[in-house]
Amino acid sequence: MALSKMERGQAKLAYMLVLPATILILLIYVIPIVLVFAASLTDYTLVSDYYEFVGLENYRKMFADEAFGNALRNTFVYAGLFLPGAFVISLVLAIAIQEQKQFRSVLEVLYFLPVTATLAAMALVWGALMDSGQGVINNSLGAVGIPGVNWLGSKDVVLYSLAIISLWSVIGFNMVLFLAGLTSIPPSLYEAAAIDGADGPIDKFFRVTWPMLGPTSMFVAVTSSITAFKLFDLVAILTHGGPDHASEVFLYLTFLEGFEYFNMGYSAALSLFFLGIIFLFALIQALFTDRNVHY
Amino acid sequence: MANTVVPPPTWSDRLRSVSIGRALTTVILFLGAWVMVFPFIWLISSSLKPTDEVYDSNFSIIPKTFAGFDNYYGVIFEQPYLIFLMNSMIVCLGILAIQLATAIPAAYALAKLKFRGSTILFGTVIAALTIPINVTSIPIYIGLVKAGLLDTYFSMMFPFIVSVFAIFLFRQFFRGFPDSIIQAARVDGFSEIEIILRLILPSAVPAIAAFSVFSFVAHWNDLYWPLIVVQSQDKMTATLSMMQYQSAFDTDFGRTYASATVVTAPMVIAFLFARRLFIRGITMTGVKG
Repeated sequence: MALSKMERGQAKLAYMLVLPATILILLIYVIPIVLVFAASLTDYTLVSDYYEFVGLENYRKMFADEAFGNALRNTFVYAGLFLPGAFVISLVLAIAIQEQKQFRSVLEVLYFLPVTATLAAMALVWGALMDSGQGVINNSLGAVGIPGVNWLGSKDVVLYSLAIISLWSVIGFNMVLFLAGLTSIPPSLYEAAAIDGADGPIDKFFRVTWPMLGPTSMFVAVTSSITAFKLFDLVAILTHGGPDHASEVFLYLTFLEGFEYFNMGYSAALSLFFLGIIFLFALIQALFTDRNVHY
Repeated sequence: MANTVVPPPTWSDRLRSVSIGRALTTVILFLGAWVMVFPFIWLISSSLKPTDEVYDSNFSIIPKTFAGFDNYYGVIFEQPYLIFLMNSMIVCLGILAIQLATAIPAAYALAKLKFRGSTILFGTVIAALTIPINVTSIPIYIGLVKAGLLDTYFSMMFPFIVSVFAIFLFRQFFRGFPDSIIQAARVDGFSEIEIILRLILPSAVPAIAAFSVFSFVAHWNDLYWPLIVVQSQDKMTATLSMMQYQSAFDTDFGRTYASATVVTAPMVIAFLFARRLFIRGITMTGVKG
């Protein structure tokens, strides 16, 4: 009986310990998620207190909305440009830097530096570097006889430019994740592979590194995909979705609808669509990491 | 001399080609590093130049006319920059303090104490991990509007004062703490609170430090939420103030980049001094998650 008394005391204490966090989780996550779902079924705008229940009208509107299609297309094009680079460049960098002896930590610091920088501030710098008239990039291109590019002002180029800036800011982050994955591979595996005849770097990569890096790769791929879908800062500072909506990506459109036009109901529907995509990525990650653990 | 196919020359050849390859990789890596660092060099260089020189077509790293003193003086004393920096500081530290105060006890309870509902709570924490602020921003914003709390420190901190990520991270960390030591402490008459403060907390310092860095950097750099709830100059954060330059007509470019330097410098300097902590913060969030 003494034990159960102690256990009861323990449970009481536990409730006290989790109470503040629980209340805040309810206020910040649970209730807002329910409300965002409810709001998506109404035509609520912040401007007037009168609103009606409109059922799935917002969702119907969404799939008929040209701006939604445009934003989704832009986001996918951008992700298609960003993701391969964010994955492959970071992986190659991690492998190359790991093999460096004296310079390893210097290089690690230099490549990681953009991750810590404030992207909003560095966006101003990139805006200047990519300036079509006087920017350093076009001037350098001009010096070797290549005509300048209207990096942020051309409809066809702007998503490439944003992908380049994002890559700059994220490569160091993914590189660190890959480096952590690489250092956890036991060297004995490479020795064993060498005995089996895997000598060259490419052989070693495909026989040992790649399979052992499975969980890390999955994690990098999923977080990078989510990062791609969350593109916001660069658009808000550099392009405002322009020129001519060519860089209006999903999250920026959701922001505009909610906090510029105050179409809260519609914006809520867009937010839930966004959440659906993130859930999808999380699901993919959960499925694959269960199946592909190699240790 | 006839037998030219002896191993030594081929070995040294091989060695030489390997070391040439190595050297080439090193050179390429440093060229890449130059590209990564160049925006920072350009930024610092421009922050020391007068306006007409920032967009000079002959870019030079060393300013021809040094205007650094004027620019930085202008940023720090003639504009409300100290207020912006202070706002960022208050918001980031406030968020971090409440996050730690709510997450550590909850994580300990989830890791080491038995109570009904712990599975549901932990499940909620896991589910909430996938929900970004961008999804819940509308109801939270409306709530803050209704409560008349827009444009306050409270509204700037509110969505972040509970970190489900911290609860998750610390729970994993606390679980590794040996039960036998906790039992022994209980037998010795330690209360649970004492156990948390005197045994668990000291052992969790690395995790807490790594999380703190992660949280501080994330909220210092955040643009999205301040853009939504901040309305006046009084509450503007350093990061948000970067928005002004793209639309407003501050044509003093030297000063613009001096302010950009001031905004990003704390994080970069902190990283250079606490490199291991940053890296640990990332790998802890990453590989184990």
